[in-house]
Amino acid sequence: MGYIVPIKELGESPLVDPKISLHEVTDVVAKVTENKAPRGWWFAFLFAASFTGILGIAVGVLFWYGVGVWGNNSPSYWAWDITNFVWWIGIGHAGTLISAVLFLFRQKWRTAINRFSEAMTIFAVMCAGMYPGLHVGRAWYAYYMFPIPNQMSLWPNFKSPLMWDIFAVSTYFTVSLLFWYVGLIPDFATLRDRAKTAVRRKVYAFFALGWLGSNRHWQNYERAYLILAAFSTPLVLSVHSVVSFDFATSVIPGWHTTIFPPYFVAGAVFSGFAMVMTLMLITRAVYGVKSIVTMKHLELMNKIMLTTGSLVGYAYGMEFFLAWYSGNDYEWFTFVNRATGPYAWAYWTMISCNVITPQIFWFKKMRTSIPVMFVASILINIGMWFERFVIIVTSLHRDFIPSSWGYFRPTIVDVLTYMGTLGFFFTAFLLFIRWIPMIAIAEVKGTLPSADPHFGHAHADHGDENHDTEAAPDAALAPGE
Amino acid sequence: MQIFPRSLNKLPALAAIGGGVLVGGLTLGIWYYASPKNTQIGYAPTQPVPYSHRLHAGQMGMDCRYCHSNIEKAAHAMVPPTQVCMGCHSIVRSDSARIAPIKVSWETNQPIEWVKLHKLPDHAYFDHSAHLTAGVGCVTCHGRIDQMEVVRIDQPIAMGWCLECHRDPVKNLRPRDQITNMTWTPEQSPTFKAPEVHPPEHCSGCHR
Repeated sequence: MGYIVPIKELGESPLVDPKISLHEVTDVVAKVTENKAPRGWWFAFLFAASFTGILGIAVGVLFWYGVGVWGNNSPSYWAWDITNFVWWIGIGHAGTLISAVLFLFRQKWRTAINRFSEAMTIFAVMCAGMYPGLHVGRAWYAYYMFPIPNQMSLWPNFKSPLMWDIFAVSTYFTVSLLFWYVGLIPDFATLRDRAKTAVRRKVYAFFALGWLGSNRHWQNYERAYLILAAFSTPLVLSVHSVVSFDFATSVIPGWHTTIFPPYFVAGAVFSGFAMVMTLMLITRAVYGVKSIVTMKHLELMNKIMLTTGSLVGYAYGMEFFLAWYSGNDYEWFTFVNRATGPYAWAYWTMISCNVITPQIFWFKKMRTSIPVMFVASILINIGMWFERFVIIVTSLHRDFIPSSWGYFRPTIVDVLTYMGTLGFFFTAFLLFIRWIPMIAIAEVKGTLPSADPHFGHAHADHGDENHDTEAAPDAALAPGE
Repeated sequence: MQIFPRSLNKLPALAAIGGGVLVGGLTLGIWYYASPKNTQIGYAPTQPVPYSHRLHAGQMGMDCRYCHSNIEKAAHAMVPPTQVCMGCHSIVRSDSARIAPIKVSWETNQPIEWVKLHKLPDHAYFDHSAHLTAGVGCVTCHGRIDQMEVVRIDQPIAMGWCLECHRDPVKNLRPRDQITNMTWTPEQSPTFKAPEVHPPEHCSGCHR
């Protein structure tokens, strides 16, 4: 993870403010967890936590009365439950893309945002993971989803994509959690070494797993991180592909298309980046980490959103084209119905949020304007939710038999469950910001000029004894205590 | 600051062994104790009348259908009413103390509350007559009733157990005239050829 001098001729600029010192990086990030929480944090936390409580009530009502408390009914057997599941799991994908794929491609700019987005992945996957269990209606039968030998001789149907989903999502969660935690170990050690109170020191020491920052520790760490990145990378593509199979392997018009896996993956990355952006802009402003998460990072993220947003737009167009080109009446009807039927408002919300909104990022002025990107990121979050809603509900609500057509309306329990998962997500996220370094301290240091072994010694000899301590992150400075 | 003592270096190995033992023990424990073979077989509640199948069906050789008369025709296998008992016991041993509860039931017209053993869940549809018509013997599911002083459950009444036979019924089939024979073996009917039965294996076969 050596420092790479930006090539001015290619228009490259330093990733992090080059004037910031190694110690300042530690300080800026660690202070957030050490200082008292600002009043705003408490307001946000209590607000989010009360929605988590509402989630508990909504889920309790669901378990007590059954899925009838939701708006799902013939013919829309899937509605908000699966919409929210796909939305949450999609949001998670940006975290994995940033942390794993960009790591393997040596995109150093990821270091400022990877910790943050990995945390988002984990909490989003938690929220997503609730829905399959909730939507079966009888949660005490959730174990049917797992291959557990039982006296009923019942075994999961391995030919079912819903089964693949269970494995895809649980693998994804496990790998993401490990990846996140491994990356956190050196930073936990930094917090441990800075701790003022005994309890704090003990807790961080426990999570730091005895990290000493020795050369050997760093070598093992780098290798483990690389292996986990290699594990996670295929998951970025596979998990949402499998989620799309839930739809694509069925014979419902509007679902049964081969474009679904790449279309879903692009959408997932798109929505995930939008969520990272929303959260990052708020945190960055509140906690003053602007010198680490610079405009350059934000601009690069906007470029990714422009790319993935356009990919998603292409997919929308291609779906429509193929519905016509296939000559299949049912397929064509479904798509015309999406754009002009009773859910046209949802369809056009989706198009304007997902396809039109990111196009403003063609302009550098827009790409670098904080208010513009904040509004855009929220619009994209909304749009991507509507994308899943449109795919699920508009394909179902007018099925093959006109006599069974219906119009899905969410109930209050639907709404509260969704709000509740948002509350849970933000509760977890606020706790993360409060207690865990939200920026990968050790990794950001690797992108600083002072991480260069030759820093301060233009073409210096390799024999210089100062360079080791200069280059290594803080944790390495605390020899085996 | 280091809170982990050197001795913790052994932890991974210990955790691997301990975890293995724990998971293995838990699996074995559930496999044995939570199985219907453990929770159901041997259940033999005390009945309101000390009726002995060993005496009636075993020593005296009464046919099952003398008392359980509808088992070949009805979905629900009956427990005989007091009147069936009294058919004999109004004459035979009518003064025995063991018969007393029967006589009380006879005189007060209150049925005896026999304790049911073979309970199926409400969501399982079971037709007793279909099984007998196909040629499943009593002993296959109920065991050697003719040797039981007090009736007890002999087989695990669990879905997996049902399916075992539904998937391969032939070995449990016998000639129709031998269904109540507790000691029948295939050698006794060398010319018997099991009928072609196709018991359902799909969900709605039993969960209608």
